[in-house]
Amino acid sequence: MTAPLVIDRRTVLRGTGALVLGFALRPVGAAEAAEPAGEGGGATGPRDLPGSLKTTPLVDSWIRVAADGNVEVLTGKAELGQGIATALVQLAAEELDLPLARVTIRTADTATTADEGYTAGSHSMQDSGSAIRAAAAEVRGLLVGEAATRWAVPAEALRVEGGAVLAPDGRRFGFGDLVSATLLHVEATPHPALKPPGRYAVVGQAVPRRDIPAKVTGGAIYVQDLRPAGMVHARVIRPPAPGARLQSLDDAAVRATPGVVAVVRDGDFLAVAAETEWGAVEAMRRLAAAARWSTPAASLPTDRPAGRAIRALPARDTVILDRGAPPAGDGLRRFASDFTRPYQAHGSIGPSCAVAHLDGDTLTVWTHTQGVFPDRAAIAEMLGFPPARVRCIHTQGSGCYGHNGADDAAGDAALVARALPGRPVRLQLMREQEAAWEPFGPAMLTRAEAALDADGRIADWSYGVWSNTHNMRPGGAGALLAARLLAKPFAPPEPKPIPQPEGGGDRNAIPLYALPNARVTHHFVPDMPLRVSAMRALGAYANVFSIESFMDELARASAQDPIAFRLRHLDDPRARDVVARARDEAAWTGRPRVPGRGRGFAFARYKNLAAYCAVAVEVEVDRDTGRLRLARAVAAVDGGQVVNPDGLRNQIEGAILQSMSWTLYEEVGFDAAGVTSVDWATYPILRFDAVPDTVEVHLVDRPGQPFLGCGECGQGPTAAAIANAVADATGARLRDLPLTRERVLAALAV
Amino acid sequence: MTTITVNGSAHEVAVDPTTPLLYWLRDALGLNGAKYGCGLGQCGACTVVVEGEAVMSCVVPVVALDGKHVTTLEGLGTADAPGPLQRAFIDEQAAQCGFCIPGMIMRAEALLARRPDASDAEIRATLQTNLCRCGTHMRILKAVRRGADAMRAASPPAARPVRLGDAR
Repeated sequence: MTAPLVIDRRTVLRGTGALVLGFALRPVGAAEAAEPAGEGGGATGPRDLPGSLKTTPLVDSWIRVAADGNVEVLTGKAELGQGIATALVQLAAEELDLPLARVTIRTADTATTADEGYTAGSHSMQDSGSAIRAAAAEVRGLLVGEAATRWAVPAEALRVEGGAVLAPDGRRFGFGDLVSATLLHVEATPHPALKPPGRYAVVGQAVPRRDIPAKVTGGAIYVQDLRPAGMVHARVIRPPAPGARLQSLDDAAVRATPGVVAVVRDGDFLAVAAETEWGAVEAMRRLAAAARWSTPAASLPTDRPAGRAIRALPARDTVILDRGAPPAGDGLRRFASDFTRPYQAHGSIGPSCAVAHLDGDTLTVWTHTQGVFPDRAAIAEMLGFPPARVRCIHTQGSGCYGHNGADDAAGDAALVARALPGRPVRLQLMREQEAAWEPFGPAMLTRAEAALDADGRIADWSYGVWSNTHNMRPGGAGALLAARLLAKPFAPPEPKPIPQPEGGGDRNAIPLYALPNARVTHHFVPDMPLRVSAMRALGAYANVFSIESFMDELARASAQDPIAFRLRHLDDPRARDVVARARDEAAWTGRPRVPGRGRGFAFARYKNLAAYCAVAVEVEVDRDTGRLRLARAVAAVDGGQVVNPDGLRNQIEGAILQSMSWTLYEEVGFDAAGVTSVDWATYPILRFDAVPDTVEVHLVDRPGQPFLGCGECGQGPTAAAIANAVADATGARLRDLPLTRERVLAALAV
Repeated sequence: MTTITVNGSAHEVAVDPTTPLLYWLRDALGLNGAKYGCGLGQCGACTVVVEGEAVMSCVVPVVALDGKHVTTLEGLGTADAPGPLQRAFIDEQAAQCGFCIPGMIMRAEALLARRPDASDAEIRATLQTNLCRCGTHMRILKAVRRGADAMRAASPPAARPVRLGDAR
């Protein structure tokens, strides 16, 4: 992992030896037809092939065998610290019966890997994992078939062991002896012979992640750590507020400063490059002081909660569920509640960074984008380059929880690199730039209504969600901040909803519960007062918070145990299993109550088609200060076949703690003129004094079942479980996120 | 001329004396461990150890460090031969994106050098200054505990060498 990350095309070609002949990512013509996967759209295509093989069906687009018999896995997905690279290696090693040490992996790179769209929506195992497992099984079959032909024996008589095909009489061919330039350059078949889960040796094992040793020892693993020869450091100077225009700039003194390499201005885009990083920061500050900007009209809505302000904007309504009919009846008890979620920030610890290098005709961009292909399309359009002249290579950055500043930094770096041909440009955003300009998770409002019958069952359900889009990712240049600032600006793309069944603002707006009469409406709000886009779980965070809080209200109002109440309305056996598992592991009924603590529970199946997740929590309520603390969390998750249980636990633990931080503390601050939460003082997040005493994650393994995306499944249930625990402890129901001390005190004072 | 010793090697500082230590470590010495997170001393991603104390290198100018000993993440070990705390973070798989981890390790290193028997509560209180966004906190705490136990086991109090910072 400590090898230099900088690779050029020549090294790439040399590294693959003769086998590169005939290598192609896709059949001619398919590139145009293939739709990049969206924020949950996943890889789609006409073929009945597993995962992303649908759009990239050639086996050697995924698995290559070198002359020494070692295997390289190629994925179009990106390692974000979620452990995908290790899990994908496990799958390939398993199907090929190869030791893990003989398998390497290359991640998202427009020059060498399949276009798998975005690494988002908890799709990586479904899309890329399914494809790589199947491709590896194909490779195994092809190698065995080749050996059978050479030996003129039936393939059934042969076995695979330790990177070789073995005949009953002891003859052997190493994988490298069998492979040729054409052997693996074939389309995958719909139903390769997969190893039965009962024989798995490395799938299902807690294999240590490959990226961690470099991360804990200072290896050059992040894009921030790249230092190609001749590199300059760059910084941007952002407008003081959205809509501000650069009126004048006296940059003579900055240009004359020793070490300053260039001042790059195009319209309202302004950047500076210097030989040293601190020189770039100082030049940035002096340029900012030398720039005169117009003051735009203050236009942001300042009423709070922000979700209610969203509701005041024009909406396009879509009924996404209409089942049964509202029952008449005087015997029904009716309930209604509104819930809000504020704008929230990804808040990656390291501001976004990219390295771009215009070398001859080709611009190479090392970026922590979640989608190298869409980012390439956006950068190429912005620069007026054909896409073939731009290569985007994913390189890890600081935490990625959706569409943060990564793509913007890549676009910024590309513009500076174009002005400095031949010199690699490392451009890093400052904390306040990342915080003020990143696309936020949208503010949302939801309204839940229900009627209970005399037996305490839900006789009627109605739900509406008001939200902006949750996907303004690249594809078009206008998704890049820099492109909007150019003298010839690109307009932001038209906001669109993400259709069901995955949904955007309406993700998880349809409850999984068996409800005979139910209506759900998505009120899509196109106008975006603040810049928004994808943030972990999209609308599912607020929708699950709302639905699972409301379920708790209904249970309490009818004096039913909240878990039993859920189970009464839950038919899906896997959902029931997860709920019961969390209940039992948390000792929900038997555990003695701790004074000052409430218990809360919540459940959802992410997107109603990915992982099942139930969370039971205990929350401390300090009645004097209003301070809440998540003391204990117990989660149960069914993600289908588990590839790396420790990696999955790490994801779920992270989801619980991150969601807890969102839920207790986080709200983007803004006034009429712009964003005011620009650092960790103005946007506080979880610190160690609030870390739980214990977090347990229990996995319901389902050997042989399809992979169900897990990375986002914990966000919604955690939020609702916390609010439900507050209600349990105090009787007060908090429906506006975040659950701040002020709101807790206000609720307790009622 | 300002001279700073980093991970045991003395370096003459040839940059603007107001340059924050972080930029000099990364830019002049090519070290990766200390990260830029906020530049404001609010997140701890840039934490290094100076004379035994955890210091946020983004807000300390190099001129203030003349004659001082600085230890960065690289000074604790390598991927092939990780130090005890680094080993513990690997064993606990205590990272997601990992960007905050160098600062966590360095702050914990300073604590354990001073307080080898630090309690869990002390570890939490010490790490209060450092932010993690992926939610890896539980594993970070377990890793520091594991590292502390390993360091104590490897070096009982009587045999413990004098560490940087204790020598002042």
